[in-house]
Amino acid sequence: MLLSRTADSMYWMARYIERAESVARLLDVGRRMSSLVPDPDDASSEWTSTIEAAGCEASFAETHGTPTASNVIDHLVRDVRNPSSIFACLATVRQNARAVRTALSQDVWDAVNGMWIESQEWRDEDFTVEGLPRVLDWVKERSQRFGGALANTMLRREAYWWARLGMFLERAENSARIVDVKYHVLLPRGPSDVGGHLDYYQWGAVLGAVSAFRAYHWVYRDRLEPLRVAELMILRPELPRSLLSCASQVTYYLARVAGSEPGAGAGEEDDELGGPTKTVTGHDRSPSLSAARSIEHALRTTTIERIFEIGLHEFLTDFVESVNALGVDVRREYLLG
Amino acid sequence: MPSRPYDEMRGDGQHVRHLYGRVAAWLDATPSSLLARRRAEAEFIFRRTGITFAVYSDGGDPDRLIPFDIIPRLIDADEWDLLHRGLTQRVRALNAFLADAYGPREFIRAGHIPEALVTRNPAFVPFMNGFPVPGGSHVHVSGIDIVRTGPSQFHVLEDNCRTPSGVAYMLEDREVMMRLFPELFRTHRVRPISHYPEELLRTLQSVAPPNCPGDPVVVLLTPGQYNSAYYEHSFLADEMGIELVEGADLVVRDGVVHMRTTRGLRRVDVIYRRLDDAYLDPLAFRPDSVLGVPGLMAAYRAGNVTIANAPGTGVADDKAVYCHVPDMIRFFLGELPILQNVPTWQCARPDDLAYVLDNLADLVVKDVQGSGGYGMLVGPHATAATREDFAGRIRATPDRYIAQPTLALSTCPTFVDDGVAPRHVDLRPYVLGGGSGDPGSIDVRIVPGGLTRVALPEGSLVVNSSQGGGTKDTWVMEREA
Repeated sequence: MLLSRTADSMYWMARYIERAESVARLLDVGRRMSSLVPDPDDASSEWTSTIEAAGCEASFAETHGTPTASNVIDHLVRDVRNPSSIFACLATVRQNARAVRTALSQDVWDAVNGMWIESQEWRDEDFTVEGLPRVLDWVKERSQRFGGALANTMLRREAYWWARLGMFLERAENSARIVDVKYHVLLPRGPSDVGGHLDYYQWGAVLGAVSAFRAYHWVYRDRLEPLRVAELMILRPELPRSLLSCASQVTYYLARVAGSEPGAGAGEEDDELGGPTKTVTGHDRSPSLSAARSIEHALRTTTIERIFEIGLHEFLTDFVESVNALGVDVRREYLLG
Repeated sequence: MPSRPYDEMRGDGQHVRHLYGRVAAWLDATPSSLLARRRAEAEFIFRRTGITFAVYSDGGDPDRLIPFDIIPRLIDADEWDLLHRGLTQRVRALNAFLADAYGPREFIRAGHIPEALVTRNPAFVPFMNGFPVPGGSHVHVSGIDIVRTGPSQFHVLEDNCRTPSGVAYMLEDREVMMRLFPELFRTHRVRPISHYPEELLRTLQSVAPPNCPGDPVVVLLTPGQYNSAYYEHSFLADEMGIELVEGADLVVRDGVVHMRTTRGLRRVDVIYRRLDDAYLDPLAFRPDSVLGVPGLMAAYRAGNVTIANAPGTGVADDKAVYCHVPDMIRFFLGELPILQNVPTWQCARPDDLAYVLDNLADLVVKDVQGSGGYGMLVGPHATAATREDFAGRIRATPDRYIAQPTLALSTCPTFVDDGVAPRHVDLRPYVLGGGSGDPGSIDVRIVPGGLTRVALPEGSLVVNSSQGGGTKDTWVMEREA
């Protein structure tokens, strides 16, 4: 039993900290890709693609002109008028954490509040191309600390499940966006670069952004192939940020939320990402759980070749839309009380 | 200013009191630089924990820290014994007065207090007329502000019977002190206070409503995270292991209060509200309140839920009603008051009004409905022009004002910019009043001590946190064997 408002705040707290981390990872792809272009004035398409992949093109267009390194960094990192900027996300995280302090372990609170306090120490010179890696590393480290505190200190009860659910829903969407950056970058240049050096490094940048460069080599023991990179990021259950991993975690936590109090028959936490989700049965009346199962099922029954036939960008757009719709279903079913 | 203030460490003279012997030795042995470092550490802990006092009006810092002084304030066993007995007596009398004011009104009929002061009081809630509150307790939590003027002279400065705050600071100040100065706790036998939330929960459980179906479900109702005391609300809910709810989390169905959960509605039996009366229920009070719960008061009167403190307790802490508390003690309990009031002139009385206007330069004048140190005149510290202006206001609405002599509040050693120096203090003990059935003998629990507030500027007598006051840890000592 949990107050609906508490569940809502746990969910958004986790979503927004994950979003902050994802925006940091997206910026990291943009930064790596733009550094591959010899003339920085020529890198606007890399920064444009970053804005588009972050889903911030509308808010950016309102306040800025041509994307450059500095205005993109400004907009995505610290502009509080952009609700998805890293600093705006952190403010939302803290606001939600304050609203549910009583549901948080001391360590989770420390992680959130400490991050907030530190966020105020950054200075103008840190929001430049040179300073950016330090800021991004800090965001990733702090987000990891939050995730660690959550996993290691929270009671396995409803409040925790809601936070994990928010985290994995957000991550599912953002992993798709990160893969999609590559599409946005290619678009203006046309297919002539495909297979070239640039192509190779760009796919490398995508992997680097999700800390999966080494993972690729462990899994495939081969040079970077676009098809394989996409497969790893979308369909491989071993990669914790793959769309399939995220989708199966979402199903798992939705099943917990739809299920009974802990100890009443639900399986242990799904730490093993390899196999199909352990089924928690008997809750098929939950519409959001059914929706989550069908998203997961679709990923388990397709192949990367088929995805490329449909078109990678179209596939990713569909996926993001269905995850968004699932988020709406979840709120309707549980959170609006 | 009257005579030199009493210093709680040095007494009236230059000799350190036995009680403070080890603290004085510690202060002598500790360089200012170390004290400054410890104070910085304390601030870091407060900020880290998020123990902030938000002032959202006039562009205030939403994360302001209340200054914390690291030198403890000590109270010996005999002093506490006196305070404990006096507080118990006083709160029982206040509670009996409330039961009477919303019941037979014998105190009024016996001529002890003007009827208008009670029933026309802005804090009087007619809705409560003739309603016997669960367990006989109206005042489940009160904060009684005590000032000291001499070795055994304690006075009650004011009673706070609505939603007094500050208890989280009392508890956190102790936590921080134990962390920073473990050696002081090894050499002092300080009575613990950390069981306050447990005592509070027991008090709230003791007033379950008549129709409560089983173990009472207790919740804490907060106005939300933009309230200045929000940290305290979340802290107490957490320590008691109860839900922290906002108005929108509660809904009344068929006269029963429920909270909205992910598994549907759950019944609520006792609400410890940290919301003013006017905002509790838009159907009964302010129709524009979005903080409250429509139908709450009807559920209360139907015996389906208990509201703590009971609505309408503000009539007992009105500064004009305050003058009558010693009478209440005699009338309802048949006892002599253990703790004295500060002498008070009521401007509503013509003789008192004349005296007050003639002696403004020596008096403190307070608005009877004011709180937090706002709307008051400290005569000796005011300019002639300010006094003249205030005199005009008093003449216009004399009923609104009372006056008291400028008390020489006791001082305690305090760490300020130029080292350790005496500063004026007061004390707010938190008194819990549980149900017993009889309003005149409610079950009183008080954890030893309370919140010591200290006026940090030299010579200042205003201890309110909204006016720059700080806090100290308060140590009630075990009786020496």
